[in-house]
Amino acid sequence: MKDSLNIVVVGHVDHGKSTVLGRLLYDTDALPLGTIEKVKKIAHDTGKPFEYAYLLDAFEEEQKQGITIDITQIQFSTAKRDYTIIDAPGHKEFLKNMISGAANAKAALLVVDAKEGVQEQSKRHGYMLSLLGIRKIYVLINKMDLVDYDEKIYQKVAEDMKNFLLPLGVKPLDYIPVSGLNGDNIANKSPNIGWYKGNSLIEALDLLEGDENLSQKSLRFPIQDVYKFDERRIIAGRIEAGKIAVGDEIVIYPGGRKTKVAKIPYWQDRDKKDIVSAGESTGIQVSDEFFNNRGEIIVKSGDKPPLVTNRIKVSLFWMGKNPMRFGQKYKLKLATAESAAELLSIEKIIDSANLLKRDDKTEICQNDVAEAVIGLKEEIACDIFDECQATGRFVIADGYDVAGGGIVLGLPKEDNAMEKNMRYIMEHLPKNGELTIVMEDGKIQRLERVEKEIFSGLFGEGI
Amino acid sequence: MEHLDMLEAESIYILREAYKKLGKLGMLWSIGKDSTVLLWLAKKAFYGHSPFPFIHVDTKRKIPAMIEYRDKIAKELGLDLIVHTNEEAVKAGISPENGRLACCKALKTDGLKQVVQKYGFDGLIVGVRRDEEGSRSKERVFSERKEDDAWDYANQPPELWDQFKTDFPKGHHIRVHPILAWNEIDIWEYIKRENIPIIDLYFAKNGKRYRSLGCECCTGQIDSDADTLEKIIEELKHTKSGERAGRKQDQEDSYAMQKLRKEGYM
Repeated sequence: MKDSLNIVVVGHVDHGKSTVLGRLLYDTDALPLGTIEKVKKIAHDTGKPFEYAYLLDAFEEEQKQGITIDITQIQFSTAKRDYTIIDAPGHKEFLKNMISGAANAKAALLVVDAKEGVQEQSKRHGYMLSLLGIRKIYVLINKMDLVDYDEKIYQKVAEDMKNFLLPLGVKPLDYIPVSGLNGDNIANKSPNIGWYKGNSLIEALDLLEGDENLSQKSLRFPIQDVYKFDERRIIAGRIEAGKIAVGDEIVIYPGGRKTKVAKIPYWQDRDKKDIVSAGESTGIQVSDEFFNNRGEIIVKSGDKPPLVTNRIKVSLFWMGKNPMRFGQKYKLKLATAESAAELLSIEKIIDSANLLKRDDKTEICQNDVAEAVIGLKEEIACDIFDECQATGRFVIADGYDVAGGGIVLGLPKEDNAMEKNMRYIMEHLPKNGELTIVMEDGKIQRLERVEKEIFSGLFGEGI
Repeated sequence: MEHLDMLEAESIYILREAYKKLGKLGMLWSIGKDSTVLLWLAKKAFYGHSPFPFIHVDTKRKIPAMIEYRDKIAKELGLDLIVHTNEEAVKAGISPENGRLACCKALKTDGLKQVVQKYGFDGLIVGVRRDEEGSRSKERVFSERKEDDAWDYANQPPELWDQFKTDFPKGHHIRVHPILAWNEIDIWEYIKRENIPIIDLYFAKNGKRYRSLGCECCTGQIDSDADTLEKIIEELKHTKSGERAGRKQDQEDSYAMQKLRKEGYM
């Protein structure tokens, strides 16, 4: 069986994402009979010219306004593999939909209009891709037909995009000149662009390498639920990294309790296994029965443990209409863990369109990207995103809706002297007595602690 | 990881999320291939158990063989099955002659609404797929429906990294779509691999077969000699016609399914 790959298509509004895609589907014969006729009929009925984009923009509102509102997922195949392509809206208003699409992709096509060049959403989307950890990116310089297939214009736009992405650590695999409308360099190399020696879009897609093998990494098995439908007590979940086998010694974080994998239960005989790997939804029975909670992460004994913390340093993007504010209660969801959360500090806020820092750090507004510290009501187990993506990314719910998302950068540095002092003091409070703090130049020199003797009286009422 | 294994793992993950996070849960079972695969996946997710009821919205216009098959399988698998009909609409004699979309709305959408209200479901698991038609290609995995069952499709919430929408006001419910990412061929390959029992209306007899099942009045057969799973898969790999081409309600309007689904159709 062929492998499959999810690809998101992003870029500025009207730069022709849906058109490139519609053309790709048309050229790869991925459209069911009657689709083109249906779109022609709609074009005729609405008095508009035929648009490849209508193949993806299925909603009436999208077709009438000529704009993509929400993501579409559609499949096509080449000789090499099956693709699911995610068409994301380019309009600023629909950034949350673009992020929803991109978060589920392994690779991206960033479409830039050759005539208009790099625009606000080209930059913002490029930045979001870097934040979401998508490294396999092709930049498509589209509408080459509108600039007479001019190589100099192609080079200029490619250079601009490159210069923007470089400081973000994003290096696109290639810059492909195309015309979605005419089909240049989509399925086949175009004679109109003879100076371009690289690959057509489809050739380039087939060159993408598959995913890194997550089952070779340290085990990360977040507990999704615990079932007791019959005599078996089954800890269920999906293995996010590594593998787990019957007989393995495991540690369950954040608690740190140890036990052994006794059995891997199954329903159908064909699912009988002694070892399960990353990506599988499975379950285990363990030899010591103790209380387990959803949200805990199972790790193999001896493997690198996850971070266990109630304060995390993060990079986050905000999609909510209401800004993220101090003192407000939120809910953080990371893998299967959930905790009440609040914003503790903002280290920097960046306007994702121009990468400029904002001076006002009182709140995080819609479409902002920020580095911040988040405090949690309960300790959770998590990982730094670059070490394990599935347990290193989270969303933040504000009321009923997911309003933000982000990645774990690590533990916050306690560089705030006041905070550090407070922690130190809290850890050394006498049980019953007086504490004298001797300070010099804002630093604690020593603590003097006097414990008082407690006499609780004959009937425990104290003195 | 094999493609079908990936799809299976993702669907099981979604089913388990729904079971853990949503209160009262039910699964729509239409007797068709997709919801039968879904039923199988639920059995797998919960180790042979089915911790929620199955629901069939019976329009009383289904192909009679579907109803026979439904009762037979429900008995064999010991399913907790809720069969519901919009009796008022049936008594009023609603039929495609009232307009196909109006008929679908009365017998299916309104029938479904009645079930949700009667049992107070917080979550309904539905076997729709993105590749079936345009408005389904835009769906979220956890898709909220308001009090009136309306789908606010132009303003869907973000859904990333398998963090689904599990918080919503009382009176709303969530449509859970565990096989959204599967396509028609995946479904058949999986039926073959897992040896899932499937109604024989899908297999060709006398040069015709059903590719999609629904009400007798509005569901057409296709010309086909595919009388085995292998032949169906082979046929689908080479066909250019749409899966729902035989479903007459889809042809009523350029945006028929979007309009139906906005009001709560599955």
